[in-house]
Amino acid sequence: MADDRRGGVTGASPPDRELLSAADVARTIARMAHQIIEKTAGADGVVLIGVPTRGTVLATRLAAAIGGFGGTTPAVGSVDPTLYRDDLRRRPARPLAGTTVPEVGLDDALVVLVDDVLMSGRTVRAALDALGDHGRPRAVQLAVLVDRGHRELPIRADYVGKNVPSARDEQVLVLLGETDGRDAVLLRRGAGGPRTDEGGAR
Amino acid sequence: MRHLLSVTDLDATAATGLLDTSDRLKQALLGREVRKLPTLRGRTVITMFYENSTRTRVSFEIAGKWMSADTVNVSASGSSVSKGESLRDTALTLSAMGADCVVVRHPASGAAHRLAAWIDRDSAATGTHTAIVNAGDGTHEHPTQALLDAATLRERLGSIAGRRIGIVGDVLHSRVARSNVFLLATLGADVVLVAPPTLLPVGVRQWPCRVGSDLDAELPALDAVMMLRVQAERMHGSFFPSAREYAIGYGLSTARAALLPEHAVVLHPGPMVRGMEIAPEVADGPRSAVLAQVSNGVHIRMAVLYHLLAGAQQ
Repeated sequence: MADDRRGGVTGASPPDRELLSAADVARTIARMAHQIIEKTAGADGVVLIGVPTRGTVLATRLAAAIGGFGGTTPAVGSVDPTLYRDDLRRRPARPLAGTTVPEVGLDDALVVLVDDVLMSGRTVRAALDALGDHGRPRAVQLAVLVDRGHRELPIRADYVGKNVPSARDEQVLVLLGETDGRDAVLLRRGAGGPRTDEGGAR
Repeated sequence: MRHLLSVTDLDATAATGLLDTSDRLKQALLGREVRKLPTLRGRTVITMFYENSTRTRVSFEIAGKWMSADTVNVSASGSSVSKGESLRDTALTLSAMGADCVVVRHPASGAAHRLAAWIDRDSAATGTHTAIVNAGDGTHEHPTQALLDAATLRERLGSIAGRRIGIVGDVLHSRVARSNVFLLATLGADVVLVAPPTLLPVGVRQWPCRVGSDLDAELPALDAVMMLRVQAERMHGSFFPSAREYAIGYGLSTARAALLPEHAVVLHPGPMVRGMEIAPEVADGPRSAVLAQVSNGVHIRMAVLYHLLAGAQQ
């Protein structure tokens, strides 16, 4: 089973280990949607802001799930943290991703920041700074599909799909149908191979 | 990207990358109260203008400021240039002060290239790096103008490849025309120059464009028309009998603008000589993208500074 799912990922010599299957991803998103409804008392006044690219996809799916489970369907947007990163000078200038703030704005909203993988916390730090320039939310919470540890900043997630203890030289690949043709979370051992995100060290 | 001296340094991927970054920056700043990004904190951008300019100098300065760079303006009058300091000495002085980027406008074609060569030799010795941006050198090039025109065309028309763009007027003295012809050709547009024969440069046949002489015949097939300013300050001789005659042959009057297709866009790099190159009704009309060009100019210059200064030095 795991063998034929590896087809979408190229260039890996040791086999990738599947951490979450497509069904697991769907269940995890559903659980996170329930947790958001519970913790925010019906998701009233919640705005989901994704970190591009896959965070935005996850935010869109979470919003639909929250609406489907009887919560208020939250507005969805995305905020590109690239211009706020602290490691810009370490690599050649990278392309920017889209920023779209929902019509309702962020002032006094309960913003749930959504990303695929949480690692160093530096992307989240940059995204928080970016959010602050777009408005003053009532509160900001963080939802991530995978928390793989190795934090470098005092940041923690409010909603975690799966905790994955990982080594630094391993990669966690989040694949989503909208961007990668299928849903899965894979663990790739050792260095090399394409990165999952354009954001840098996470 | 180390310097931005000429649009011919950009291939289609690099040029499209700059246009995309410009769009993203515009999007990131849309509707914000605080138009300030921390991206270039601690970087110094010096604009060095040996020719008059409003929009280019100001938009480079705003672009730098919106990205938190420190911007300093040097103009030829009021600096040591008026005491006879050479371009090379002035530039090396600014570089030695720690400028990360020098934006230069100079009346001599090729000035930016010379400057970049001097700076590169100097940086090899000192281990520093100063990026040079050509903000117009004589009648040679004005790369950021061509990029902002391309951004405006892409925004208004949805695409550039396969579009037919007319460039009309004083091509001979226009660095804007030259940069636009080469950039638009790189991006796959079909470019037509229309100008009095006296205002076409030698060698225009080798440019990647077609040359026409009858504006009325070209207009119905154009997706966009770019009117050029008649550069009286560069004309040492008579290139056409009178302003009135020029306007009759090559000015975009209201009647002429009516020949354009419904969707066509009118551009002008500014400053406009109203009534001669372009009728006021056309310049202020619904087809006109003149002010969109100006606001895109800030975002394009932010994109250029981002690509030159934000990443690691190669």
